[in-house]
Amino acid sequence: MNALRLPVRRAGASTGAPLVNPWAALAMPVLVFLVVCFLVPLIVMGMRAVTDLPSDAGGDVLVNFRRFFEGEANVRVLGNTFWVAVLSTLTCLAIGYPYAYLMTVASPRWTGILLIAVLVPFWSSLLVRTYAWQVILRDTGLINSTLIGWGLIAEPLDLYQTTTAVILGMTHVLLPFMVLPLFTTMSRIDPELTKAAANLGATPARAFLRVFLPLSVPGVLSGSLLVFVLALGFYITPALLGSPKDTMLSAFIATRVQQQLDWGLASAMALVLIGVTLAVLFVASRFIRVRDVFGALESD
Amino acid sequence: MGDTDSWRAPRRLALLAFGVVAVLYLVGPMLVVIPMSFTAANILSWPPEGFSTQWYEKMVEDPQWSRGFVNSLQVAVLTALLSSVLGTLGALGIVRGRFPGKALANALILSPLIVPVIIIAIGFFAFFSIARLTGSLPGLVLAHTALAVPFVIINVGTILRTMDRNLELAAASLGADPIRTFRRVTFPLILPGVLAGALFAFITSWDEVVVSIFMTTTRFRTLPVEMWEQVRQVVDPTVAAVATVVMAVTTTVLVFVFVVRRRVVVR
Amino acid sequence: MTATEREPVARAAATEASPVALALRGVRKHYGEFAAVDGIDLEVRRGEFVTLLGPSGSGKTTTLRMVAGFVRQDAGTIEIEGTDVARVPPYRRDVGMVFQNYALFPHMTAAENVAFPLAMRGVSRAKQEERVQRALELVKLGTLGHRYPRELSGGQQQRVALARAVVFQPRLLLMDEPLGALDKKLREALQLEILHISRRLGATVIYVTHDQEEALVMSDRIAIFESGRIQQLGTGTELYERPASIFVADFVGESNLFRGRVRHADGGSWLVRGDWRWRVDPGLFTSGPIDDGGAAAIVVRPEHLDVVAPGTDVGGRNHVPGVVSDVLYLGPSRKLELRLPDGTAAVVRQPAGADGAWRPGDEVRLAWPVERGVVVHDREPATTA
Repeated sequence: MNALRLPVRRAGASTGAPLVNPWAALAMPVLVFLVVCFLVPLIVMGMRAVTDLPSDAGGDVLVNFRRFFEGEANVRVLGNTFWVAVLSTLTCLAIGYPYAYLMTVASPRWTGILLIAVLVPFWSSLLVRTYAWQVILRDTGLINSTLIGWGLIAEPLDLYQTTTAVILGMTHVLLPFMVLPLFTTMSRIDPELTKAAANLGATPARAFLRVFLPLSVPGVLSGSLLVFVLALGFYITPALLGSPKDTMLSAFIATRVQQQLDWGLASAMALVLIGVTLAVLFVASRFIRVRDVFGALESD
Repeated sequence: MGDTDSWRAPRRLALLAFGVVAVLYLVGPMLVVIPMSFTAANILSWPPEGFSTQWYEKMVEDPQWSRGFVNSLQVAVLTALLSSVLGTLGALGIVRGRFPGKALANALILSPLIVPVIIIAIGFFAFFSIARLTGSLPGLVLAHTALAVPFVIINVGTILRTMDRNLELAAASLGADPIRTFRRVTFPLILPGVLAGALFAFITSWDEVVVSIFMTTTRFRTLPVEMWEQVRQVVDPTVAAVATVVMAVTTTVLVFVFVVRRRVVVR
Repeated sequence: MTATEREPVARAAATEASPVALALRGVRKHYGEFAAVDGIDLEVRRGEFVTLLGPSGSGKTTTLRMVAGFVRQDAGTIEIEGTDVARVPPYRRDVGMVFQNYALFPHMTAAENVAFPLAMRGVSRAKQEERVQRALELVKLGTLGHRYPRELSGGQQQRVALARAVVFQPRLLLMDEPLGALDKKLREALQLEILHISRRLGATVIYVTHDQEEALVMSDRIAIFESGRIQQLGTGTELYERPASIFVADFVGESNLFRGRVRHADGGSWLVRGDWRWRVDPGLFTSGPIDDGGAAAIVVRPEHLDVVAPGTDVGGRNHVPGVVSDVLYLGPSRKLELRLPDGTAAVVRQPAGADGAWRPGDEVRLAWPVERGVVVHDREPATTA
């Protein structure tokens, strides 16, 4: 473990540097652990997509994928998953952008309060939060009771078990993943730049549109990517707040395993979901550095 | 709020109003649950009527809930311990180590945060049922550790990356051998990260639902799984009481995190 | 402010008779193709203050880190007090080090920082306390021992770092640009303080800096580093008055270069450039003898150039015509920037009260006595020491 004698890194040092150093040994336990307790389970599960074949498959190893894409309901769920993920991303952006901007321009004290307000839900129970939305959105919940009490409506609004409820709940959970990368990017924008623009004759609105907004685009991309990818895999929130037609892929997979024990189809769906996630990450990686996105989590 | 030059009053007010609404949206829903849990009524309707601790009494008397509470606590504590040991070593190895395939190792460490949790859940279920570990404490601890260990690595790794390597060189030049350098300098400096990571790991496990749903049985259930079952079937406000307790525990741990984080010496 | 104007400090703690505290012989360090240190020879006597001076990337810090044991040399030997330390790890070298960013342990108070090396050496608690207190008083921080580094100013942190590096009476005190992060005023005050403290302790100091003024103020001897080699080693006076290369002449103080080819003819030695011919003294060929026809340059310091009106008799002095391009007022002195007919620039420094109110555009003649013109090879000599 005597790494103290390692050379200080310098330009051109790579050629002379050893390939492995003693510190690497410390990474082994966790890597072995993750391979055994994370990667192998995923592989075992994935394998079942091509090994758990229905009796009438006749040796067609891709039959589970075919079953998935040929089932009209399945494709609708896949489409719905995409649609809900897109809507949540847009909602997160609409709320997250001004929120992060507010954090950037506010005094340190307010920035701290805004940061805590976004981090506390981040770390509190997903189930509790979803339950809270139930209490708020039910026919006899906070919103409907209040509005009826004020005499604004006679009949309760249809809020609970709608797509709107799902988006509200998901945005609530996902907002930190939008706000944190945005805030990281925005706080690195030199505030003097906007002043320079004003000095050069730009109105505040033009200074914002021409200077601040373009510079914040990397944060917008990072945050949106993160939110979208995470939204694709949501299970609890849509299951509790949505109607059956709001079912997302995760819940669909769970049902295949729990109720129908159809491992072949469930695994095929899981692989489709992973495939879609990776495809999004791959496309995104052509525009931004994906590692930075997940590195943004470190700034919490 | 700073920067008065470029701020026109109406815009400032609009942003301020937006901020208040946004904070309310973020924090408000969770606060709604608390008054609900003290309602004297039998149904989950707003506004709560009267004041009663009946749902807390019901929660305590019901062995389902109390066993769930104890199980969750055990799993979370063990997960925190296992994750902080594996994660601290891992962070040292990943940040300081040099080995082929390091980028891949990095991806592996972050992937539990990205792979949809349902897929992890059924993966565990498929794998651990072969190993006969479903419905057991060790099985769930292993599963939760896989989900929680990235948080420890991120927390410790951030400190390690920003830490001044000269501190360790200074310790060596002052006569400390590598082991004493680690004990007296490196470890005290990463300790806040280790503690914060351990607390985050605790919360991750304490709140975890999806994997737990698949990894538990009626004989061994955690609090969130019990809640999940009840939320979908029962409408009486016991769950509000449970949710309040769950939140109280999480909040307490978070307060600890903030206290610990303050001790991180930034230099 | 130039080095010579500063308060003189008692020197001569080390003499020729002092034992050798540190010896580097043929030390090399390569990073891949890049030679960070390319064959260094250096002997430092006990009690001596030696500065490694050079631009960044010249190998001075790498050399220091090899002495500390943080970096291992590829070739050559390093001896501390006569013992080869190749197999001695940093923590057994007994060498104190002060880092540019101080490297104070942020989780320990100033006193705990200073006590650290004593604890590592098994010094008893009572003894530790006493020695820590003495070390803190030495750096004028006797009452601030309970503070954490973040509660101290930059200058105070640097003093703690110094106290920590000397409290265990190391055989060598290494300092890696210790004042680099401080502002100019504080830097100058601390330069003298470091010097006084090291003298008082009789410490052997190896000091790294890229600030030539700092090097001139503090050092008994200075080693000029460039491209991983020592270009010249000597006292500040030697380096300033007898630079052995164009690089050293440029790096230590300002200089004027008159380039040309050497002619040994007409019963003397000359440097010839086109129509111009300047007399040179072979005794001032600091980079070694130069054959007839060899490319060379005369180095003249700005304060040794005289500005006179064209046509003035300059006696036996060398001279060259020029045009004043700028006159800069610097308080105690003034600086004239000039352009020679061949396009090269020249600099002259005069006391503020000197005769002659030259203005930009004035045609003048520059003159210097032969004995003020040092002659060096006009291509970086491979090695000189």
